Amino acid sequence: MATFLARAAAVPQDRPRLPLGQRLALPEGLVPLLRRIGWMLVSVGCFAGLWELLWALGIADAKLLPPPHIFLGNLAEQARFFNTAQRWQIGTGMNTGPSPAMAVLITVLASTGRVLAGLALAASLSILVGVAIRYVVLFERLTLPTITLLAPVSPIAWLPVAIFMFGIGNAPAIFMVFIALFFTMVLSTIQQIDGVNRNYINVARTMGATKRQIYARVIVPAILPGLLAVLRLNLFGAWMVVLVAEATGVGYGLGQVIMLARNTFNPSLVFFTITLIGLLGFAFDLLFRLVQRRLLYWLPRDAGSSLGL
Amino acid sequence: MASDPASDAAVSCRGVVKVWAAGTARAHEALRDIDLTVRPGEFVVFLGPSGCGKSTLLYLIAGLEPASGGELLAFGEAVTGPSPERSLIFQETSLLPWLSVWQNVSFGLSLKGVSEAERRSVARAALQRVGLAEAFDKRPDELSGGMRQRVAVARALAMRPKVLLMDEPFAALDVQTRQKMQDFLLDVWRDSGASVLFVTHHIDEAVALADRVVVFTARPGRIKTIVRNDLDRPRDPFSPEAEALRRHLTELLRDEVDRAFAEQEALV
Repeated sequence: MATFLARAAAVPQDRPRLPLGQRLALPEGLVPLLRRIGWMLVSVGCFAGLWELLWALGIADAKLLPPPHIFLGNLAEQARFFNTAQRWQIGTGMNTGPSPAMAVLITVLASTGRVLAGLALAASLSILVGVAIRYVVLFERLTLPTITLLAPVSPIAWLPVAIFMFGIGNAPAIFMVFIALFFTMVLSTIQQIDGVNRNYINVARTMGATKRQIYARVIVPAILPGLLAVLRLNLFGAWMVVLVAEATGVGYGLGQVIMLARNTFNPSLVFFTITLIGLLGFAFDLLFRLVQRRLLYWLPRDAGSSLGL
Repeated sequence: MASDPASDAAVSCRGVVKVWAAGTARAHEALRDIDLTVRPGEFVVFLGPSGCGKSTLLYLIAGLEPASGGELLAFGEAVTGPSPERSLIFQETSLLPWLSVWQNVSFGLSLKGVSEAERRSVARAALQRVGLAEAFDKRPDELSGGMRQRVAVARALAMRPKVLLMDEPFAALDVQTRQKMQDFLLDVWRDSGASVLFVTHHIDEAVALADRVVVFTARPGRIKTIVRNDLDRPRDPFSPEAEALRRHLTELLRDEVDRAFAEQEALV
């Protein structure tokens, strides 16, 4: 012990220990980002490692709970089940058609496109309807009770309606995403409008603003941050709904792959698709935050961790 | 021309009454029988305990709320709604956070469709007047509380108001900043020539700023008395005359605060 202390004291202490980022001369802002990425890898690594360990010990049965190295190990095998509908449409067999990566990409893009279309539709229409409800009293009286009644209905209940109305294809999936978000977003638009700082509105009024100017120049910008926050919370909901819609015969997409995996008892395919969906949701959230930051330039930068890794 | 005092006055109230939620079970009388005449260029401070309706009177004069009774005139014309001639400055920051400082200052002009070049030059002049020319391109959240209130004053000045209505504008500021802001406001008042109606519950502010102090009673708000403040400007807050005025106002207010307390205890 004494010798250890003596040796520790002998280490030259004349150079102060700088933080790692400064010693490596990394650009400012990159260090926290790298640290977050590092912790994310550790977190996911622990989870995957535990799974692998359970498999190695023979506790996790590879036929039911195949560990990551198995379901991520063979892209070509997994990709056979992707983009199947399109292959049937163009009459190619299971082993011909696009390359494995392409097949996965086509499926991913199909689901992503549906989510984006549904989100865009729901966001723009719900803001429009919400503002109209507060702007025109008669419109409120005619629509708000119905919207409030329909808001708590689970989007799953709308699934048959989507199929009756739109058959199969992209339309019912987009409709499902839309319906899952629309009613709650109308209600939250109204809530945001009612919560706008009275001072902002009174300032505009004393400056002689018309009702239309108050809405366009004050209320809409003032509710934008709150609305985007609500939209972001609903992003994951949109992904869940689109998978359900695809699983029940929309045609193709990640939801359909999951259903296929279930019907053919293919746990590897299930976990592979879950991984894809997780990564996609994560990427969506990241992108959304970047858009949010660009759009809401006036909010302080440190409001919420910037990239949320 | 026979001069009617009401039409010469910047603001004239005759028997003004305000009842909130009139006709419902929650109806309560905020203001009763307010008679007040403010001359052009006069600095009038409304002083009273919180909840006495002094801010409500300011909102009525601004035209943001309708009076429930009585007559309310500005330069001889009935007040029926807000007007850029009567600018209101709020206690809390009221700058629009998505606009830059100069865009905030010229917001009223942009509502009228004034060209950007003209808006910029008006904003520049108004900001120069409040000593914040260098903040032109900044965002409101980059400024301190005192600077934000100066921008709010600049925004009001950009509309060339004849009456400046101020609702406890310096209440959220620390004591030192508040003192600076009072001097600043007196400068602005002197070269704008506008009347100022200034709401506060700080006796020191009334002593430092007012030509006349309107003391309010607690609910319903009535004018208890109007005290002239003829102290020479620039004022020394520690002169014997200022001390005497401060004591006088303190005694007037104490009765009202006591009454308000007694009422609140009776409610519990």
